[in-house]
Parts: sequence; C-alpha cells; structure tokens
Amino acid sequence: MPEEDKALAAFRDELRSWLEANCPADMRDGRNDEASICWGGKNWTFASEAQRTWLQRCVSKGYTVPTWPIEYGGAGLSRDQEKVFHQEMRRLNARYPLQSFGIWMLGPALLHFGTHEQKLHYLPPIARGEIRWCQGYSEPGAGSDLANVQSRAEDKGDHWLVNGQKIWTSYADQADWIFALLRTDREAPKHKGISFILLDMTSPGVTTRPIKLISGASPFCETFFDNVEVPREQVVGEVNRGWDVAKYLLTHEREMISAAGGTMGSGRALGAVLAESGSTDTILRADAMRAEVDGLAVALTLERYKDQAEAGQGAGDASAMLKYMGTELNKRRLELVMAAGGSDALVWEDGRAPNWLRTKANSIEGGTSEVMLSIISKRVLGLPG
Amino acid sequence: MLADAARGFLDQAAPVAHLRGLRDAGQTQDRALWSEMAAMGWAGVLVPEDAGGSDMGHAAACALAGEMGRTLVTSPFLSTAVIAATALRQVSDARAAQSLARIARGEVTYALAIDEGAKFDPEATQMQARAEGNGFRLTGEKRFVVDGANADRLLVLARTDGGLTLFEIPADRDGITREAQAMIDSRDAARITLADVIATGEDVLGQVDDAMTVLAPALRAGQAALAAEMAGLAAGAFGMTVEYLKERKQFGVPIGAFQALQHRAAHLWCECEVTASAVLNAGRMLDEDPANAAMAVSLAKARATDTAQRAVQEGVQMHGGIGMTDAFDMGFYMKRARVAAEWLGDYGYHANIVAQARGF
Ligand SMILES: Cc1cc2nc3c(=O)[nH]c(=O)nc-3n(C[C@H](O)[C@H](O)[C@H](O)COP(=O)(O)OP(=O)(O)OC[C@H]3O[C@@H](n4cnc5c(N)ncnc54)[C@H](O)[C@@H]3O)c2cc1C
Repeated sequence: MPEEDKALAAFRDELRSWLEANCPADMRDGRNDEASICWGGKNWTFASEAQRTWLQRCVSKGYTVPTWPIEYGGAGLSRDQEKVFHQEMRRLNARYPLQSFGIWMLGPALLHFGTHEQKLHYLPPIARGEIRWCQGYSEPGAGSDLANVQSRAEDKGDHWLVNGQKIWTSYADQADWIFALLRTDREAPKHKGISFILLDMTSPGVTTRPIKLISGASPFCETFFDNVEVPREQVVGEVNRGWDVAKYLLTHEREMISAAGGTMGSGRALGAVLAESGSTDTILRADAMRAEVDGLAVALTLERYKDQAEAGQGAGDASAMLKYMGTELNKRRLELVMAAGGSDALVWEDGRAPNWLRTKANSIEGGTSEVMLSIISKRVLGLPG
Repeated sequence: MLADAARGFLDQAAPVAHLRGLRDAGQTQDRALWSEMAAMGWAGVLVPEDAGGSDMGHAAACALAGEMGRTLVTSPFLSTAVIAATALRQVSDARAAQSLARIARGEVTYALAIDEGAKFDPEATQMQARAEGNGFRLTGEKRFVVDGANADRLLVLARTDGGLTLFEIPADRDGITREAQAMIDSRDAARITLADVIATGEDVLGQVDDAMTVLAPALRAGQAALAAEMAGLAAGAFGMTVEYLKERKQFGVPIGAFQALQHRAAHLWCECEVTASAVLNAGRMLDEDPANAAMAVSLAKARATDTAQRAVQEGVQMHGGIGMTDAFDMGFYMKRARVAAEWLGDYGYHANIVAQARGF
C-alpha cells in the first residue's frame, strides 16, 4: 500500500473508533428531518441530552465543519479524508451534529472573501453552534432578479445606516445574525452598487414577521430594517462588490440544496418505500425505478464535482446543474413517496405530506430551476442573450 | 349555460376563501351552502323528476363538479348527489325513491365507505357482514371515507358468504365509531369502525352477494365527476398562474414575457384541453351508453389526475416564493389535487383499466 493510502487507512481506523466511542446511540438513526436537526444558536434548545453531547464531542474534534482549517474551528480534513469522514458517518447512520446557514453558506464565503480578523471572529462560533445565521437576500421586488435589491446601507462614516425589507428569510425569527445584500451605491449599475453586510439581529430597528408555509410550518419571515446602525467593519469583501460574494455564496448554497436532496424527506430508498407499501402498480414501480437510476447518477455527479473542485472551493457555475438536477429529482421522489403512501399519506399526522410539500420549495429557494437553466445556457454553454 | 350559472353563483358564494374560512374555523362542511345548491337543483341533478329531482344527467353533473373544482368548493355533491344518487337509482323500490327525494331536497347526505387499505381496491374488501337470522352483523374498519365524518348515512361495502354486498345505513347506528381525520386538503374524510353493527335485509342496497350491480355504476359516476372536478381544479390553478405571469415583474418585465415560462404555460393549456375532451366524453358516455362507459370514465380520471398534478406543480413553481405560502391559494389547489388523485382510484388504477380495455 502506498504511503498516502496507508495514512488514509490509519485516519479511517482512528475515526471509526472515535465515532463508535463517541456517537450517542440515539444519534445513530440517520434522521435529518426538521424535528431532528440541530441548528444551534443562542436561542437553541437541545431536543435531547444526546443531541447536546453529540454536538459538544464533535465540536471538540472540529467535526461540525470537518474541512475548515483547525484555527477556525474545523478539523482541516483533505478532500480524501472528508470522503472517509462521510463514509464512516454513514456507516454508523450518524446524524449530522450541527447544520446551519453559517456552515453551508456564510462560512465558505468568509473563508474566501473575509479578512483574517473576520474569519477568526465569525467562524469559530459557527463551528461551535453558538451563533445561528440567516440569509437576507430576497426582497419583494428582488427574487430571481436578485441584483435588484433596494434595501440600502448608507455610509455614515463610522457606521452604516440600514433601511429596507427582506422577504422569505428562512428562520429569521430564530437567527442571531443575518448576512444581507444591501445597496450602498444607488447611482452605479445594479450589480455594482451592492455590499455584503453582516448584521446582529438584536440591533435596534430589526424586526421579523413569520410567514406561514403551505405545509403549515412557519420557518420563514419578512425581515424589516428601520434605521439600523451597523459597525463599519461588518462588510465582507469590498464595498460595492458584494455581488461577487453573493454569487460565490450561492454556488455553495446550491450544492448544499442539491446534496440535501438525497436525504431530505423520508431519507429512505424508494425501493424500501415501495416494498413497504406492497404496491403492485406497474406505473408507480416504473417511475420509482427511473427515479432510483437518476438518483444514483446524480449522487455520483455531485461527488465527481466535489472531487474536481479545489479543497474548500465550490463547483462554480456547474453548481446550477447540480441544484437543478438534485431538486427536480427530489420533488419527483417525494411525489412517489406520496403515491406509494396512498390515502394513509394524506393525513397530516402521518408526516409524509409536510416533507412532500417542503420539497416544492427546493426548486425555488437558492435560485429557481428556471434561473439555474439560464445560468447553464449563458455561462456554461455560452448561448447568446 | 348550467356551467356559467354555476360559476356565477360559486364565485360569490364559495370562492377559495370559503374553504380557507372553514379550515381556519376547524370545520369541514357548510350545510347552508349545500341547501342553496339543493334549491338550485344541484343536489337532485341525478334524481328522477318524479322523485323531485332535476334529472339533468351525468354530463350536467360533471359540468357542475368542474365548476366546483375551479374554486375548490367543499360540499357533499360528489358523495351524495352523484355517488349515492346513482346507487339508489339502480334500485327500483319505494324506499330508494324516498331516499332519492330526500337527496334532491338536500335533506340527507351520504358517504361511500369502501377503502380498507391505503389504495382504492373494492374487490379487496375484507369487512365481514356475518349472516345472523334475517340480517347481518358488520365488523371491520373503513379508511379514507370521504365526507364520512359529516354524512347522515353510509354506503358500506362488506363481504358476505357469496360475495360483496352494499349496505345503506344511518351513520349513527349502534356500533359505528367515526373518527374525523385531519386531511391535508382540509376536507372531510373519516376512519370508520364498525363493531357488530346490526343490518337487516332492508339495509341491503340491491341484492346480497351482488354489490357491483348497484355499486359499479355509482363508482363510475363518481369517478367521472371527480375527473371533472380535477379538470376544473387544474383550470383554476392554471388561471391563477396565467394571471400571475402577466402581473409579476422581474428584470423590469412581466415574467410572462420570458419564453421559458410562455412555453410551459402554453403546454399546460394544451394538456388542459386534451383532458377536457376526456372529461366531456366520460359524461356523455354515462348518459348515452352507460354499459360501455368504463373505459371512458377511467380515461378521464387518469388524464385529469395527471393534468391536475401538473397544473399545481407548475402553479407553485411559476409563482416562486409566494406559491409556497399559506396566505396564497395555490397551496390549497396542490393539496386538493393530491387527495383527489387518490380518491376512487389513482392514476395507475385507471390507466390499467384503460390498458386492459385496449387489449394490453
Ligand atoms: C422555502 C423557501 C425558503 C427561502 N429562504 C430564503 C432565505 O433564507 N433567504 C432569502 O434571501 N431568500 C429565501 N428564499 C427566497 C428565494 O430565493 C426566492 O423565492 C427565489 O429566488 C425566487 O424569487 P421570487 O420568489 O421572487 O420568484 P420570482 O423571481 O418572482 O419568480 C417567479 C417565477 O418566474 C420565473 N422567472 C423569473 N425570472 C425568469 C427568467 N428570466 N426566465 C425564466 N423564468 C423566470 C421563476 O423561475 C419563477 O418560476 C426562500 C424561498 C423559499 C420558497
């Protein structure tokens, strides 16, 4: 065995015994639904003692953000080690110890665009699950046309004065901080007058109002900024160049949404779902077989793009393809789960319907499927327009 | 004509906001609305004139159901005026005539209790109707009994010694427990348990061991009307979506100016047109050649199921974030389409009937 492989095998052995010894039994059910996720943050109440223990133990090893550098709270794993990490987690059917917009979105953007001080200040609390972030991108008039954001931050010398409204801000009512796209130059072309600014949600002048979803849950909000003062240094990247940060962050968000597709909802293989239903419907079976074939191939694609990317970098424009394929597939999968469930699945308490309804947002949030296809046609294929 | 009048009435009396209001109040029926519909002759649409009905036929019943689908009207129309009335019409005795007259007057509502598993499959019925003296004792559980929590009377399919038998009994008879289910479409469906429920020979609709003579036409009538409702639902969701494409602006233009969306909307319109043909054909066949209408009915239900699903999925997607909110009506369409897809046979069930009829 070459040296490199030996080192990796040693890493696997060590990790495996650590996981065996440290992952609480209750955290070995692979659950990834809203009720089981640990989001962290100042307002977080642990669902169980096991959830708390699991988080603390992972934090001590940097395993909440395994690929981040050790100085920022990660474990500094290489891409190969990361793969091993996920394999071993899956082998144990371990839950993720922590999930958050900080890990998926802000972290990668800060690692790329942040100053060393910003990284040291903001990343470790994300890794430890102490600060929960939300994403202030969309506005009533700026959805697909995100660069049209109108909420603004005026330069007041030592601080920014922020006014405006965001919408569809997931978990804004539970988050501690928000990363927001704000207009800092109203004269410049719309992409060139936006800054990426970090705000404490407890600042005077920030209010949120929950919006109810079709599943009955209320995980997103309207967020209002009314003369909010924000310290000057809380800009990431250059002033008026926030669009670059925003786009980079979106490629990570899109990969995350795509990857979540494989496990979201029931998290179970369609074959098992069908077998349990006892269905002999040939059409349902054929549709499920297709979805399974497509699902496996999409999962391989996600891995392939991760392998190609530089450590810590995203798939770039190709993230649009991953997101489009992953979310459209996920919607199909949950349609099939519902069909297999028949009338049993039509009752709220059964639990399948909210997951099914939730997947309908997958092809909208983080940029719609139509926007993904436009990105592919223009930026990947170079088509005119 | 009938459809136009119905639309005028329903837009006023039962827009989607009506269903939302019922849901928010924790209710699944509006008896006053049903009385108004009865007064317009809708409850008696399939009741003979000599029993006080308007006897307008299945095409008319489908037209009404289509309009109700458009605004997601909650009413006992399908269970009572279509399914129960058609079943009762297969029997020519004085009691059936009386029941039909009461349906036409809007005095009594029915629910059809067939399903025992998660899928529609009447032949798989296990509920026992044990012969005892001159009567029977019924024991077992029925699921997904649409309109079952509010109905006054039940049509219950059960297994007797030599086959299946259809019983027509009051919903509050001793031994019956009804459990309303919190359904995703905010409509009435119940789980109903029968424990040693006594039924006499009088309670049998049609002949013992021969439920299908009475039930099959009733099912076909219900499936056709449900297909019409789903086609109406698709049209309702589609209409909302087209309006939104004209209104909502992004990148400085109405989103309906983007060809990607134009083509999808145009495609959906084509699908709706094709489904409309299948639905109209089903109603016509039930009126003109009921003995040979099975394939036409299944064609309509399969198509309507498919089109409604597509219309609501496209509807949510083309609305973007707002389509996912409860404050907006599209979610109601999506949830209703899902429930209607399962009721009285899903896509696979009906496609299979079509395939068999076509020699597959
Ligand atoms: C569950 C959920 C959670 C969300 N969480 C967040 C969050 O945390 N933070 C945040 O900032 N935002 C969030 N969003 C908002 C999300 O990013 C937007 O909804 C999305 O970008 C679409 O914008 P919109 O809703 O304004 O739809 P619109 O942009 O109005 O789009 C409406 C329709 O038009 C289509 N369309 C628009 N432009 C074009 C075009 N040029 N060509 C073809 N079709 C086009 C769209 O694809 C869509 O089908 C969330 C949304 C959902 C549903």
